[in-house]
Amino acid sequence: MIGASSPRKEGRAKVLGTAIYTDDKFMPGALHGLTVRSEVPRGILRAIHFGEGIPWGEFTLVTAADIPGTNLVASVVDDQPFLIGIGEEITHSQQAVLLLAHADRHLAEKARRAVRLEIEELPAVLDIQSSLDLQPLIYGADNLLKEIRIAKGDPDPVWAQAAHVIEGEYRTGAQEQMYIEPNAMLSVVEPKNGVLQVTVWGSLQCPYYVHGALKQLFGLPEKQVRVVAMEMGGAFGGKEDYPSVNGGHAALLAWKSAKPVRLIYDREEDLACTTKRHPSRTRLRTAFAEDGTLLALEADFILDGGAYATLSPVVLSRGAVHAASVYRCPHVRIHARAVATNTPPPGAFRGFGAPQSLFAMERHMDICARKLGLDAVELRRKNFLRMGDTMATGQVIREDLDLAGLMDRALTAIGYRDKRAAFALTNPEDGPIKRGVGFSVFMHGCGFTGNGESHVASVAGVEGLADGTVAVLAASTEMGQGKNTVFAQIVAEALQLPVDLVDTAPVDTDRVPNSGPTVASRSTMMVGRILEDAAIGFKQALVQQDFLAEPYTPETFQAAVAKAVATLGSLRCYGQYHRPPGLQWNDVTYQGDAYPTYSWACYAAEVAVDLDTCEVKVADFVAVQEVGRVVNPTLAAGQIEGGVAQGIGWGLWEEVTMQRGRMINNQMTNYIIPTSVDLPRIQVIFLENAHAGGPGGAKGIGELPMDGPAPAVVNALENALGTLRLDEVPMTPDRLLERCEEVTHG
Amino acid sequence: MLTKNAAGVKARKRLCMTVNGRAVEIEIDIRESLLDVLRDRLQFTGVKQGCSVGECGACTVLLDGIPVNSCIYLAAWAHGKTVVTIEGLAQDGKLTPVQEAFVDEGAIQCGFCTPGVVLSTTAMVDSGKAFTHDEVRRELSGHLCRCTGYQKIVDAAERALREAEISADEHPV
Repeated sequence: MIGASSPRKEGRAKVLGTAIYTDDKFMPGALHGLTVRSEVPRGILRAIHFGEGIPWGEFTLVTAADIPGTNLVASVVDDQPFLIGIGEEITHSQQAVLLLAHADRHLAEKARRAVRLEIEELPAVLDIQSSLDLQPLIYGADNLLKEIRIAKGDPDPVWAQAAHVIEGEYRTGAQEQMYIEPNAMLSVVEPKNGVLQVTVWGSLQCPYYVHGALKQLFGLPEKQVRVVAMEMGGAFGGKEDYPSVNGGHAALLAWKSAKPVRLIYDREEDLACTTKRHPSRTRLRTAFAEDGTLLALEADFILDGGAYATLSPVVLSRGAVHAASVYRCPHVRIHARAVATNTPPPGAFRGFGAPQSLFAMERHMDICARKLGLDAVELRRKNFLRMGDTMATGQVIREDLDLAGLMDRALTAIGYRDKRAAFALTNPEDGPIKRGVGFSVFMHGCGFTGNGESHVASVAGVEGLADGTVAVLAASTEMGQGKNTVFAQIVAEALQLPVDLVDTAPVDTDRVPNSGPTVASRSTMMVGRILEDAAIGFKQALVQQDFLAEPYTPETFQAAVAKAVATLGSLRCYGQYHRPPGLQWNDVTYQGDAYPTYSWACYAAEVAVDLDTCEVKVADFVAVQEVGRVVNPTLAAGQIEGGVAQGIGWGLWEEVTMQRGRMINNQMTNYIIPTSVDLPRIQVIFLENAHAGGPGGAKGIGELPMDGPAPAVVNALENALGTLRLDEVPMTPDRLLERCEEVTHG
Repeated sequence: MLTKNAAGVKARKRLCMTVNGRAVEIEIDIRESLLDVLRDRLQFTGVKQGCSVGECGACTVLLDGIPVNSCIYLAAWAHGKTVVTIEGLAQDGKLTPVQEAFVDEGAIQCGFCTPGVVLSTTAMVDSGKAFTHDEVRRELSGHLCRCTGYQKIVDAAERALREAEISADEHPV
């Protein structure tokens, strides 16, 4: 089962159009919910005025004053209110102030426009530097949402002694997840057996995050809250933390109206108010010996965290740990800060801080190679981490790591040497098209950073059904990545059954245990490993209770399960995460094993730049990675291809344009994601190296492909165009033109 | 005179069309999009809403065999026309060769763009024309997909086109 390209479990329903997404769920008598938001980035809410010509009596209206429990969204830090009340401070331009619902969707929209907010404006912080300068102070004592320091050795004495010290500053922009299904929630709140029952169906990655948020919002015990994950039209992190907000909003309207409420965002609202990738600024300082050996590294890594902490502390943490990248370095100092600004809070997006710091490091290595007069390939080869080396957090590489082999494989596949030689001859010729080839080498930590897995202590299980088939019980959600199929394969492998005898149970908090959020490239490796244990326990229980004898066939197994369920009423077996022996992490010092393991990769890109328009075409792309053992080659390749597409988009086209703290290109017409004509065929190559800690040897895969494309593409741009200030993504045609003009005008 | 001319205008209108082979007669508001009528009134929820501005292609339906973005197409314009949604492709639960190609090639991830892309591919196959690789990519460029990077979608479309060509050679009309 593991290693086979089993067809996607829910593929048939999706191709028939019968898969039920949130807005497809039939809910007679449902009201349409809408959100009234602040349009200024900072101020004090003084009053809410309800305009003329609207039958306000027919509307359900919810303000902060109505909230039955705690008006704070449960998250890493509980600092974000669901709604801002009169007299309270508005901290960003999309802050929710009032919720309204009506049976007529069009009238509801008219009513939203008729509401006027009276706000006493205050000066706002809209960028990283103003926040650092405390101009003005908007959050805590220092505008910092989180600060992390990682230290290894002591870089200070090295700067004066080293043959070369090279500094650089790199920036990355916000990025929209742009799942094709906008955020969507449905809620019913009604008394059941005499107690209030809150139910939310939604497009959400993390049912137990929403569950926790609803408990706190309503002040209810666990049993009175139910969250169901519907079919999900993409997420990429964009439905990780935000659903706690809009899930709460939907439930508040349902509670107040005593009717079902649909809260379906249109694209404009979704783009303007939901989370994005954190913008970043990274300053790097590196010391090298004459021969190119890396001696010291200092990184000042800053994320724009927006108005509330949300997930910024953990995004910052992953970004900081990845800042030293894949290089051996005896002296490292990383200073990472997430700063507050009066902008809608960014949140999770595939890669989770790592793409930002890795973009900086992989651009920097190319620039260092040029300044040192060395080949970018050989500079990296000399400094790669190998087995036995120590990373910035003191983590020792315990696996047989061959980054040079990965790199050589990618460079050979794209024809790096030949293309460089050919372009060196053709680029100086007349004609607007200049070509280049570049690459990046990087890693992605699998699972949560540090002690995250121990804190969550995930539980997952398997259940026998009356027909003798087996159901997977986990709160991990299917967002397109293939969780339904991969979990079934892992359990089928452990039970030695064909995969069609195993399926996943609907993700409903009344039915499945908390296997943790569907994030951090952790589902296959972490939850899959727990499921492997649970499946083996399930089989042992069948054997010990004499329902099953080994060896067995699928038919005898199915008969045994059916009989056990008929006899016992139900048969479930659960497993729980246990920290593998030998893993150590200190949350205070940031020392130890930041991740149980890493996936490793080298991506290479060929670009063609049209100097008449400054448009960049990615002409060829090779993605070579080591992700442990590949559970499902087709699904895994799909993850890489899709991630590469997002990474290229972030590197070249996807720009969030802000004006007074508000995204102004909040439509698909002017926030540009790649189409089928914008991308080349992506060559995906897996080098397998089974990892003992993952199910069947698997490691994490989902986020890795987001990390490498942007630096590979921009490194290729430098090869095509020569030395330009290529220090920022997205390198849109406008930005590239500016950089070219800097050279022209000196 | 003008007042009198305009006096007969009403928001409500009877719409007659064929949807997935069935005659439908329904009273609509002339401001409604075809997407809203199909989803909200006729419960064809396989038609997806992704952007409302004709950009993402998730709401694609076949109108007299031609793919259109139903979110920017007035329902009133569909009067007398034939509409096929994703629900209208498979007969008695049997997938069409295009649908099979999408499943087999792994061209489906989250599935939200899938109905639209499958319908556009169906229109290409039904056209009987041959398409180069670049033409396939261009034909499908009106569908935004955020999961796949398009590779397996293009593979599935090319496979369906190839199989249709072979099938046409074997069974000439």
